[in-house]
This record gives sequence, structure tokens and C-alpha cells, in this order.
Amino acid sequence: MLLAEMAHDRAVDALRSLMTEPVAVLRQVEKTYLMDSVSVPVIQGVSILVRPAHFTVLLGPSGSGKTTLLNMLGCIDKPDSGDVEVAGCAVNKLSDDALSDFRAANIGFIFQNFNLLPVLNAYENIEYPLVLAGMAPKRRHDRVTKLLEAVGLLDKARNLPGQLSGGQRQRVAIARALSRKPKLVIADEPTANLDSKTGAAILALMRHMQMRYKISFIFSSHDRDVIGAADDLIYLRDGKIQEIRRKRSKIDDSTGSKAFQDTGPEP
Amino acid sequence: MMTWSLALRNLLRNRRRSLSTLLALAVGAASILIFGGYSANIKYIMKTGYVRSGGHLQIQHQDFFLYGSGNPTAYGIPDYDQLQKFILNDESLRKIVTVVTPTLQFDGVAGNFTAGVSRTVIATGFVAADVNQMRQWNEFALPLVPLRFVLEGATPDAAIVGTGVARVLRLCEVLGVANCPSPAKEPKPAGTALPADIAQLSIAETPAVTSREPRIELLAGHANGTPNVASLNVVLAERQGFKEFDEVAVILHLAQAQKLVYGRAPPRVTSIMVQLEHSSQMENATIRLKSILLSKAPKNSLAVLDFETLNPFYVQTVKLFDTIFGFIFVLIGSIVLFTVSNTMNAAVVERTVEIGTLRAVGLRQSGIRRLFVVEGFLLGLVGALAGAILAVFVASVINRMGLTWLPPGSSEPLPLLLRIKEETAMVSGTTIGLVLIAVLSAWWPAYRAARLRVVDALRHV
Repeated sequence: MLLAEMAHDRAVDALRSLMTEPVAVLRQVEKTYLMDSVSVPVIQGVSILVRPAHFTVLLGPSGSGKTTLLNMLGCIDKPDSGDVEVAGCAVNKLSDDALSDFRAANIGFIFQNFNLLPVLNAYENIEYPLVLAGMAPKRRHDRVTKLLEAVGLLDKARNLPGQLSGGQRQRVAIARALSRKPKLVIADEPTANLDSKTGAAILALMRHMQMRYKISFIFSSHDRDVIGAADDLIYLRDGKIQEIRRKRSKIDDSTGSKAFQDTGPEP
Repeated sequence: MMTWSLALRNLLRNRRRSLSTLLALAVGAASILIFGGYSANIKYIMKTGYVRSGGHLQIQHQDFFLYGSGNPTAYGIPDYDQLQKFILNDESLRKIVTVVTPTLQFDGVAGNFTAGVSRTVIATGFVAADVNQMRQWNEFALPLVPLRFVLEGATPDAAIVGTGVARVLRLCEVLGVANCPSPAKEPKPAGTALPADIAQLSIAETPAVTSREPRIELLAGHANGTPNVASLNVVLAERQGFKEFDEVAVILHLAQAQKLVYGRAPPRVTSIMVQLEHSSQMENATIRLKSILLSKAPKNSLAVLDFETLNPFYVQTVKLFDTIFGFIFVLIGSIVLFTVSNTMNAAVVERTVEIGTLRAVGLRQSGIRRLFVVEGFLLGLVGALAGAILAVFVASVINRMGLTWLPPGSSEPLPLLLRIKEETAMVSGTTIGLVLIAVLSAWWPAYRAARLRVVDALRHV
């Protein structure tokens, strides 16, 4: 009787979690690249949804289509067919300017190579998206200072990227990605260029920030060590979804930890 | 504001490349301005020369300029002294006029009887004191010391001739004209000598080749058609600007000229020269003078001509220099265009990933375009301003060197000056022009950068 009730509770939690409005949805997305006159399908009929305030990890070997999928979720690439919906908006129908504004307001990016602007210091790199948004200087200052504090770089605010270590640069990139309080943060192999210790620290920081700001992170990696940090896992192989595993959002009373469950096919 | 700061920092990032681009721009701008300064100096020297010698405006019979050389005295202005008074007493003109003076020009034949030579000449009678006053005009503050018109204070029969006239009339030696070649002496004929009595007669008829008295006889047609002769004392042989004029010029007192041409009849003049304080007053003065002519001398068919109309060589020279200036600007502008374009193209390639990042974080295409165009603008502005400063510096060095040159139409070497800082329109026009070219050069790379696909830009290695 008790086991039956527990199974029921788990199923209800999973369903409730899925019924919450997703932050991003891909439906039957296809993408093919033309390489030297040869068509190479990189994404084939992929449908996924990204849950709000969850840490989703895209796992798969190199060339499996992780980056392409992230690019489409990040609204910097468009599918050949299928729909992309981010924050409730059908983004593949937006104009270039509208997409730029949409990205600025809703999406944060963390890149493998950090991609900080080398002529701006740490403070200014974090501030830049806020300047684009036209935020008042006082509010900007408060927010950037808080973010610098949150990523532990308040004392490095005036340092140029060249004067920071790889881990510090990625911290600045995380702060920049979060500066406009986006709905979704895209992180494409953010630990790939870091040593394992720094990578683990960055992963922990991202997880911490994701929980603190209740933002959806979607994170690509080919490293299976990141599984422990994920709420949801999406396995990609050859441009197709191989498996989706989602953790229950609620702490399992019996184990005291989250547990993955296969949620079956996506919409 | 962030765009400007970002653009400036990006330029400072690759200092060597930015510096070489700025250097090209600065040298280009300086070259344009130095030529412009040289050209301006020539224009002002020529203008000053023409205004000093003929005034800004001349009142003439309406046909004198085109047909007067055939028969100048037929186009004389009667009662010119009355007209002169009207001008000098006019409420609006008297404030802006510096000199109003009559002249009489006529054709004649000048002969040196003692040397047995003569030639056709163009004689002009001036009021000597007025000419000296006109020679003081110096609107452009040129370091030109006006030559004194030696007829002032000279005897009524005094005259000045062109060095060409002095040469032909064999007056060089007596007038102390330098570089004045004498004709080769004819070789003595071989053969039997003339009989003594005939040789004696021949010697009696042959005048002395040179004279110790620099006198000439000027034969002119009297207004009534009869010939008249005046004996003139040549006080100076003065080089006139153009050889053609130097070979025919005879200058004398107006009163002497009038006596020769009109005898006892009421004297006339062929022109009334009007010199103004400033050239910018020409338009207003012309309007007023025309109005005076219409009311005071309606039957005389008089016209007001400006110095540009009277001296087409000046206009042609100015146009020539303007054309060369334009050509140099286009040439250097093209170099600037390609230099800045090359710099910006290299910047776009180097910063492709940054462009992708900026676009990813939400900067619109127009923002990318603006960023690169602002970089081009800053390059152009700093380069052109540096060029202007360089040009002013070079000009100040050259202007202190005291160089001289002989411009076309001038009878004496004139100071070689580069007028740059005084030419604000030229400096600002050149600066703005080069900045616009730099902006234009940056436009295509900026457009290309903005059109990059974000994913491609981020993938760029």
C-alpha cells in the first residue's frame, strides 16, 4: 500500500513538473549543413522541452548536434524545419532585430572560450548587456556589483580579461549571462577549456546561481561527470534524441535525494 | 556612449595598425592643406597685384574692354572728374572706397631719335599720387613691400617704360637695365670703300647708336585724327609682368597723356579705377556705381567691370589651381579610402568572434555597423586633425625661411608662403571631407560585419 502511494506521488510530481509552462520547446526540428556540396544532417526530428528553473544537461559525443541545438535554443540559429519556442515566443518567426532584442532580454550565453570583450574590464563586460538595455547607471552599478560579489570577483572588477585566469573569466561570463535576469542561460561546454578542478568549481557556481536566481540553464557537455549536477539529462547521438531523463523536482522522502526517471517521449 | 568608448578602445588595441592608418591620413591631409596653402598664397598675391594696379572695379565705356584696343580714344569718358566727385561724395561708397582715379590708355609709336629706332606702344596715363595710394592695398596682409610709383613728384614729361621697350629703343645702358642684351654689330662690308664725299654725307645722316639722354618721342593720334608728338623723359625702365606687355608699355602722367591725345579739347579718360577697402564689398559697390552712372551719366553708355572680368588670366589661374587642388584631394582621398577600408576589414576579420558575441548578447546589426563606422570616424577625425596640425607646423617653418619665387605675370620675385591657418574654410572643408571619406571607407566593412551570421561569427577561428 505504501509503495503504491509513493509511486503515485512520483508520477504526480513528474506530471506537474512537465505541465509547468516550459521555458523552451523544440518541435520536430531539423537542421542540415551543406559541407563542400554535401548535405550533412546535424539535427533530425528533435523535440524537447526545457523546464523552467531547471538545470538541463545535453550530453553526447562530439558531432552529436549539441551545439546546433543550443544555438537554436539561444536564437542565434534557425532550424530548416520545425518550431522553436522560447519563453512562450515562436522565435523562428522573428526578424533579426526582434531576435536581437529577444536574446538581450531573455537569453544569457556562457561560451566555451568565455568570449569576453577584451577591451572591457570585468565590471564593464558584465555591465554591457545592461547598457544595451538602457538601464540607469545607478541600477546598473548595483546589479553589476551584486553579480561580481556573487561570483567572487569583486576585487577583480577593474581587471581586463587578459589579467584574469580561465576560471575567473568564466565567472565573469556567468555574471554577464545573468546580468539581465534571463529566462534561459545557454552554456556550450563551459568547462571544456578549464582544468578539472576549476571546471568543477564553475559547474558548482553555475548550479548555485541557477538555483539562486531560479533560471533555466541548459548546458552541453560530453563529460558524463556532470550528470550529478543536472535536473534533466538529454542524450543526443547523431542528431537524434537517444534518451531523456528527468529528475523529480521534489526531494524523494525515502532516499533524501533526487532521482531520475525516464519521462518518455517529448511532445 | 558605450559605442564611442568601445570604438576608441578597439582602435587603441592594435596601436601599430591604427598608428600607420593615422599616419597615412595625417600625411594625406597635410599634403592637401600644404598645396591648398600654396595655392591660396598665389591667388592672394595675384589678386593683390591686380587690385593694386587696376582697382577692384573700373568704369569704362561699355565697349572699351572688347573693342577699345583698336581705337582707345574713341571710348573716352567725358566729364570724368564730375563722375569721380559723385562717387567720392556718395553716402554709401565713400565709406568703402579707398581710391577713385582716372586713367587714359592709347596706342602710339615711341621713338628714340638719337638711336634711330622706334616701336608701337600702348601708353597709359595715371595720376601718380593715386597709383602710390592704390599700391598700399593689402587685404590679405601679405609681406609685400609696395614698389613706389616713381612718377609721383617727377617732372610732367617723366615716363616709365617696360624693359622690353627700353631694350628695343636702346635705352638699357643709359637707364641701367640689367640683363638687357644688345643686338650683334653688323660686320663691316668687304670691298671698295665709298668715295670720301659720299661717306661724309652718310656719317652726317647716321644717328649715334646710344644716347646719354634717356628721352623718347611718343607719337599718338589726336582725338580729332591728326598726329601729335610728346617728348618724354624716361625715368625708369620697369619690368612688366608679361613679356608681351613689357615690350609695349609706356607709362606717363595722366595730364601729359591727355595733352597728347586731346590737345586743348576737354580731356577724357578711358577708365575710372575704383579700389575698395575689402573685396567682399565689390557686389554692393557695383550696384551703387551702376545706379550712379544711370542717374548722372545716362547717355555715356558706361559700364562697371570687376577686376576678374578685366583680368581673365587671374580667373584662369585660380581655376587651374582649384582644379589641381580638387585632383590632389581626390587622389589622396582615394588613398585614405583604401587605407581606412583595409584597416577596418582587417579589424572585422580579427574581431569576428567578438562580433558574434556582441550579437549573441543582443546588439542589433545596426549596433555593429555603428561601432565600426564610429571607429572609421575616429580614425578620420584624429588623422585629419593631426594632418592639419602638421600642415600648420610645416607652413610656419617654410614661411620663416624667406623663400621667394617668380609667379606668372609678376615682374619681381615674391615671397613663397603657405597660408593654412588663415584659410579656415579650406582647413575645415578638407578635414570634414577626409572624415567623411573615412566614414565611407568604414561603411562596407561595417556592413559586412553586421551581416555576419551569429553562429558563423562565433565559430570563427
